[in-house]
Amino acid sequence: MSLIDDKVMDTLTHQGDFIATPYEPKGPVVIDCDVKNIYYGDFRAVRDSRIPIEKNKVTGFIGPSGCGKSTVLRSMNRMNDLVESFRFDGKVQYHDHDIYDKKVDPVIVRRYIGMVFQLPNPFSMSIYDNVAFGLRLNNYKGDEEEMVVKALKRAAIWNDVKDKLKNSGLSLSGGQQQRLCIARAIATEPDVLLMDEPASALDPIATRQIEELMVELKEDYTVALVTHNMQQATRVADVTAFMGVDISKGGRTGYLVEMNETRKVFEDPEQELTKEYVRGEFS
Amino acid sequence: MSEVNEQMMPPKVVLPKLEKNLYEARAIKSFLLTAMVWGLVILASIPLFSVIYMLIVEGGARLDWEAITALPPAGFETGGGFGNAIVGTLVMVGIASAISIPVGVLAAVYLSILEPQSKLATTSRFLAKVLTGFPSILAGVFVYAILVITTKTYSAWAGGVALAVLMLPTVTLAAEEAMRQVPQRMRDAAFGMGCTRTQVIFKVILPTGMPGILTGVILAVAGAAGESAPLLFTALFSNYYMAELAEPTASLSILIYNFSGMPFENQIELAWAASLALVVMVLFFNILARIVGRSKF
Ligand SMILES: Nc1ncnc2c1ncn2[C@@H]1O[C@H](COP(=O)(O)OP(=O)(O)O)[C@@H](O)[C@H]1O
Ligand SMILES: [Mg+2]
Repeated sequence: MSLIDDKVMDTLTHQGDFIATPYEPKGPVVIDCDVKNIYYGDFRAVRDSRIPIEKNKVTGFIGPSGCGKSTVLRSMNRMNDLVESFRFDGKVQYHDHDIYDKKVDPVIVRRYIGMVFQLPNPFSMSIYDNVAFGLRLNNYKGDEEEMVVKALKRAAIWNDVKDKLKNSGLSLSGGQQQRLCIARAIATEPDVLLMDEPASALDPIATRQIEELMVELKEDYTVALVTHNMQQATRVADVTAFMGVDISKGGRTGYLVEMNETRKVFEDPEQELTKEYVRGEFS
Repeated sequence: MSEVNEQMMPPKVVLPKLEKNLYEARAIKSFLLTAMVWGLVILASIPLFSVIYMLIVEGGARLDWEAITALPPAGFETGGGFGNAIVGTLVMVGIASAISIPVGVLAAVYLSILEPQSKLATTSRFLAKVLTGFPSILAGVFVYAILVITTKTYSAWAGGVALAVLMLPTVTLAAEEAMRQVPQRMRDAAFGMGCTRTQVIFKVILPTGMPGILTGVILAVAGAAGESAPLLFTALFSNYYMAELAEPTASLSILIYNFSGMPFENQIELAWAASLALVVMVLFFNILARIVGRSKF
């Protein structure tokens, strides 16, 4: 798959300083991510991409591997601050804060903007403790058990685990572990969920369960979803951002090619590059 | 009809013989090798089992209430025991643990998480590895120089510190390894939940690495409990129960060392019993630590 991607990209990469037509959000925006440049050391990984994340919608990120989808996603809750060489130039407006403002504490940002990773990563604790982890971290004063049960139900895993809450989170299957991680992430009722290819390590059935879950979750949360699976984007995302790689000037810099409602991106894209990419994947 | 069927049948395959042939070169070689491995295993376990056998037979004969409570006998006296040595060993190993476990684990946090690549980290890691293979008597000499000479007395303190010096590298290296084994994605998950670095360490990495850390601690404690060389110049010995930490103190290992060289039957028997007591003590802590620190998940 990525072979096709690379070939398509190589022949059709935008040269120079192309900038995508700005996407006009239809609803309220929770995170307005405006990337000028993102560097890892001297390497410019992403340039000029404005990606607004709308409230109670799933915003999908697609594009060939290495185009910077994860990089942009992880910039939105300052996860990338953990990478020493990471440097962000631009603005990420979260409600009325710029999260890259010097006064902002990235630790607190991450409590509002939760994250689900590519590989399920439960802690080596009981299922219950995994979900209660965030509540305890935030010194939650209310009924902990109630919140845990609620999160497990919300993540559609309650029936799988209700009789074994004391068992290890690591004893579950891959798909169950990923839903447990989603439960853990939503237990503290964060504002936004960032999901980086959350189903890519799962079998088709588990993938479908996670997809259904994402559609349900957007009622209460705002979701940003990176996926390498375009069918998944069409099934789940309301809005899709397609990113490409610019290999002019000898670099490999990712940038936003096109962002629009998912149907528009897949059926009637504005950019030739998008058309080729979407067709390449489906044919 | 049958002709047609025969034509459609696949060609007959000549099956090789599938039965075992015990006299084939391959089979004989395999048998010989197996026999050799068994022989060597038995050979290797002879010393192991005979030590344990002798310990139980020789030591068990005298390991009674009197032995573990009474004071060591002098010269031609009969009876007696090594109660003060048990107390001394427990106290000094306790002091050593109280020093080396927190220091070692925190050092391991630095080595494995905070600054794994720094000059300080690489240097201390190297030194710790060198120290694990160092003659233990040097720990005694070192502490003799810095504690016994300055305080002008042999003491349980000095003995404990000497044992701590010995335990520290083992604890540090084992804890570092255990924490390094905690998968990066668990740390990412914790950061993603909004943990500070300190919270990631104390809420995720330390608990997850705990079984491995405890294994290192047990090894270090067991080693320290059996050491006599570092105690020779630091705690010395005493024939009485300890009254304070700043006086010469008895220990099982030194008592075994002293008594086993004496020309008296009674003392030699007590040395055996003390050896068995030491082994039982170490075993007890080993099991206890495994139960307490067992990875529940
Ligand atoms: N921690 C990092 N350090 C250095 N370079 C990185 C790091 N993470 C990603 N990159 C580089 O940034 C580019 C974008 O990576 P990534 O965001 O992971 O792409 P995607 O998720 O679209 O596959 C790639 O060229 C990758 O090699
Ligand atoms: Mg990625």
